[in-house]
Amino acid sequence: MSAPALEIAGLVKRYAGRAVVDDLSLAVRPGTVLALLGPNGAGKSTTVEICEGFRSPDAGTVRVLGLAPKDPTLRPRVGVMPQTGGAYPGLRCGEMLRLVASFSAHPLDPDELLERLGLVDVARTAFRRLSGGQQQRLSLALAVVGRPELVFLDEPTAGLDPQARHAAWELVEALRADGVTVVLTTHLMDEAERLADDIVIVDAGRVVAAGTVGELTRSGAVGQLRFKATPGLDLDQLLSALHSGCAAKESPSGQYLVEGIIDPQLLATVTAWTAGQGAMATDLRVETRTLEDVFLDLTGRELRS
Amino acid sequence: MSSWAPGALTPKPAAAPARSMLAAQARAELKLVLRNGEQVLLSLVIPLGLLVVLVAVPFISVDGADGRGDRADFFVPGVLALAVMSTAFTGQAIGVGFERQYGVLKRLGATPLPRSVLLGAKTLAVLAVEVLQVTLICLAGLALGWDPQGSVVSVVLLVVLGTAAFSGLGLLLGGTLRALTALAAANLIWLVLLVLGGVMFPLSEFGGAEPVLSLLPTAALSTGLRDVLEAGAGLPVQPLLALAGWAVVSLTAASRLFRWE
Repeated sequence: MSAPALEIAGLVKRYAGRAVVDDLSLAVRPGTVLALLGPNGAGKSTTVEICEGFRSPDAGTVRVLGLAPKDPTLRPRVGVMPQTGGAYPGLRCGEMLRLVASFSAHPLDPDELLERLGLVDVARTAFRRLSGGQQQRLSLALAVVGRPELVFLDEPTAGLDPQARHAAWELVEALRADGVTVVLTTHLMDEAERLADDIVIVDAGRVVAAGTVGELTRSGAVGQLRFKATPGLDLDQLLSALHSGCAAKESPSGQYLVEGIIDPQLLATVTAWTAGQGAMATDLRVETRTLEDVFLDLTGRELRS
Repeated sequence: MSSWAPGALTPKPAAAPARSMLAAQARAELKLVLRNGEQVLLSLVIPLGLLVVLVAVPFISVDGADGRGDRADFFVPGVLALAVMSTAFTGQAIGVGFERQYGVLKRLGATPLPRSVLLGAKTLAVLAVEVLQVTLICLAGLALGWDPQGSVVSVVLLVVLGTAAFSGLGLLLGGTLRALTALAAANLIWLVLLVLGGVMFPLSEFGGAEPVLSLLPTAALSTGLRDVLEAGAGLPVQPLLALAGWAVVSLTAASRLFRWE
């Protein structure tokens, strides 16, 4: 396997003695999309800003494309979309994009970027007169215009309307398809589920879970299988056929619930069991946990300050 | 709209040649200055207006300068010094202060644009504005009867060293203070140096304070320019040394203390 595009090991960052990032480690495979998911104040942006070379860690190591984050040779190779601002208020949208494009030897066509991100109509509007969503889209365009190998997007779709969000998602998907590595932070479960190959859930500066969407929603997760059948079937017989750790009950009458790791084997066992008793399972419904369930289970359901 | 063509976003990272980055950034900086109403007011309108008023309305008496031409000979060098201060110091301090606040410098720091090229571009933009200022002030001065003496080389040397000194001070202020604090401080210092810097009054008006005041960058520049343009001096050594001193100290301090965010 090729070397990671980004490798973080034991990263610690303290502000006023409080660890904002607390022994965080992760690796991003080249050409994949990694989503850093976490509640406000979890340390996502701080982590990303250290990778971008804007901040220095208090402990731990970060390698970006194999180099130290502040290495100047990284600048053309890494695209950055900061969470806020980052443009001359007095420059027009198109001027700002063309300016940053002119810093690269082989930039993307600024006009195509403007068109695909829905900014053609405001290309001649000063940055300070753009709406929040338009500023956000320009910022995204600025991050990718230099054709980087690795892109950091800090909450790329915050404040975007659904159309703009889809345009941004299409851009990320196209980046991935063309072999660009993308690291993005987000609060949005659907965004992470749609875009990310790997998800790292961060809370209080630590990694609390990591894996693909499938792994996170399955791992340790108890799925539920509901179905209807003739009332009064023999549950003991079913339980003995299922692997241990599964539970089954009938409630209310004629409505069955099996809890456990829901896999094809379990499904086959259940249908064989009903068939064996001359019954048929109908309205079969598998309920797995969503990423949001996993996220809330791991990071708690109380509101953060 | 169709989706992205496959391969359209394939990485191809490389910085543009430094020269083209410098040209693009300098153009952007110049555009921003000329678009900013307050900057134009500060750099062009105020110095030109002040020159016309000071020469045409004799409410400030200048020893030995009775005619309009004599008054122009005294005030043109002072207004030139004021113009350099306005652009290199006040304009840059305010500009950089807000660029930091708006996260522009942070954003540019994440692009292939090296910081040295960014500073070079700022300097080029300042010099371009100064060329415009000097041209307009000299034309206005000539129209008012100004009769310049001395060597162009000395004038260029003074203006370049003055620009270095004021740029260092401007970057120091804008690079360390919050934007609004930098704005207030830069304007206040501008006003104080306008009065104490030999622009409107001869330094001799301040009696015993003259030797100290003459070391102020604005005073050094206005005195030096006056030595050359009014009295036809060759190289005004003391003003040049004072400006060089300010340049070294302020640029060193700015490079140590400048914060990009």
